[in-house]
Amino acid sequence: MIIVVCIKQVPEITEVKVDPKTKTLMREGVPSILNPLDEFAIEEALRIREKHGGEVIIVTMGPPQANEAILKCLAMGADRAIHLSDRAFAGADTLATAYTLAKAIKQFIPNFDVILCGKQAIDGDTAQVPVEMAEWLNLTQITGVKKVEVDPKGRKVVAHRETDEGYEVIESKLPVLLTAIKELNEPRLPTLMGILSAKNKETRVITAVDLDGDTGLFGLNGSPTQVVEIFAPKPRGKGTIILDEDPVATAKKIIQFLFEKGVI
Amino acid sequence: MIEVFDTCTGCGICVSRCPFGAIRIVEKRAQINEACTLCGACVKSCPFGAIEIKRKMVTPADVSSYRGIWVFAEEHGNHLRNVTLELLSEGRKLADKLGEPLAALLLGRNVTDFIKTLSAYGADKIYVTEHEVLERYNSDGYADVLTGLIVKHKPSVVLFGATINGRDLAPRIAARLRIGLTADCTGLEIDEEGRLVQIRPAFGGNIMASILSHTRPQMATVRPNVMKRGEPDWTREAEIERINVMIDPKAMRTRVVDIVKEVADRAVNIEEADIIVSGGRGLGSPENLKLMRELAEALGGAVGASRPIVDSGWLPHHQQVGQTGKTVSPKLYVAVGISGAIQHLVGMQTSDIIIAINKDSEAPIFKVATMGVIGDLFKIVPALIEELRNAKKENPTR
Repeated sequence: MIIVVCIKQVPEITEVKVDPKTKTLMREGVPSILNPLDEFAIEEALRIREKHGGEVIIVTMGPPQANEAILKCLAMGADRAIHLSDRAFAGADTLATAYTLAKAIKQFIPNFDVILCGKQAIDGDTAQVPVEMAEWLNLTQITGVKKVEVDPKGRKVVAHRETDEGYEVIESKLPVLLTAIKELNEPRLPTLMGILSAKNKETRVITAVDLDGDTGLFGLNGSPTQVVEIFAPKPRGKGTIILDEDPVATAKKIIQFLFEKGVI
Repeated sequence: MIEVFDTCTGCGICVSRCPFGAIRIVEKRAQINEACTLCGACVKSCPFGAIEIKRKMVTPADVSSYRGIWVFAEEHGNHLRNVTLELLSEGRKLADKLGEPLAALLLGRNVTDFIKTLSAYGADKIYVTEHEVLERYNSDGYADVLTGLIVKHKPSVVLFGATINGRDLAPRIAARLRIGLTADCTGLEIDEEGRLVQIRPAFGGNIMASILSHTRPQMATVRPNVMKRGEPDWTREAEIERINVMIDPKAMRTRVVDIVKEVADRAVNIEEADIIVSGGRGLGSPENLKLMRELAEALGGAVGASRPIVDSGWLPHHQQVGQTGKTVSPKLYVAVGISGAIQHLVGMQTSDIIIAINKDSEAPIFKVATMGVIGDLFKIVPALIEELRNAKKENPTR
């Protein structure tokens, strides 16, 4: 089984703020992490490899420092990585990102069986890149999976896809693209041996000229959406804080408040 | 333009995948007739790569040929999702501002009953497609039919609810048509040039972004519970257009083998609930979830939870609010025994009213609370349940 895991390095969102004067993102000094949901995708890929054999290949697009996130995946146990890094890829929206990732996978890992992604990244929260990638690669998709069984002989996969009241069991032929939610598994921590060996594993850096794709569809040029303005959300306003001294009186205060607000 | 190359073997796989019955095999070669909507299903199905659709990028000159606001009507079992009605109400405003029609797209098996409701909430036109393969949502079937309709009728805007299925479907269509898509919007406006300004939170709600799309249609998924649902007008009658499709169930690449219901608390999907009562670590033990259920019942809301509750297996994942769970925007969010880690706050801080009950006065949840109560939840919550029940007895309409 050749399993591709697409990952993203994201800023620790708790630290991102808008500069009230310039109205731009203040990202300086904000630490970067591996997107949390991607860890579940990697863990599942490793489990599939442990069960059926094969290779786990990490693919990411991002600036040179995204290598830190790659190293974490390799330390967890992935075999090698492909890092798409070029100024020409910068400014990509979800469509251009999905196009670039899809082109790279098609060109460099054409015989893949499964692509795993975290359902969404915490910075943009769009959940669009995996699905758009599935369409570019003409794959079936199963989004939001909490359980996966791969049948390499039957060339199929059965996955539990989360719904609003439970889950549906979906069967698809291989190759397939799956997106992981946290119910899927419990990601392992990198071992000391893993961390030490990660540096010796192969990470291939790919630039725009290495890709067969239409350069007009990369980065900013290939992005149909444009952020025209960013602004700070409306502050919530200062709330009322009460110290409970008599539960019944407190309950009455809450009910009165909800009544005034028209909620009950 | 659609083109069939010499590599076509006349195998006929595309014929079974075409929802619009637009392909015939003539002398061992696929022939495409005028019923073709350029939905792209055949291109995707061809094992020989023998069919190609060349899609032009939309130029500024083309923009004016795209007209109308479309809303994907998402049904769920025997009802329409709330977000569909919210989108129709919002779509009505946008359509009136542009002076363009509002249409709803209704797909399913026996869905005719929903037509009245879609009309009442503002649709001028309803495209209805009924087929057994569409009975339950599936990515391929829905994407093929909707792409075909979009290419044929060229709407200016297409809106989807940012639901589990809406977010599975919309990106599929966007990539096929190579157009922009904005996820999980919380605001929509029309600017002076008649363009759709799509407003959404990013970085966990720490910033807001206004986004424009340079392609057409302008597509967005919209967060449930954010747009206001208008009053229905049951005298309205929309124009109905039925689209007959032929979908071969065997040509679908995925198959739903089983549907498992894990009954959610109070059987309400938290993304659509107006009122959510969420419990956190402060509850101490799973038996105390009873308090959450009783409070939710007294308020007429759904039960949610913070991550530790779900990680401990007390409640299923689809009831989790926060970064690795769901993002919710109810009218009232009651956080009980939740300290308010940022990962939780990003999932609920756009709620209208937040009431927090916690014994730790330093808990970060109080920073976003409209009303914060410092005290023992095991004393306050039972009193609140009791008082709510009393209030209901005194005034049953309340």
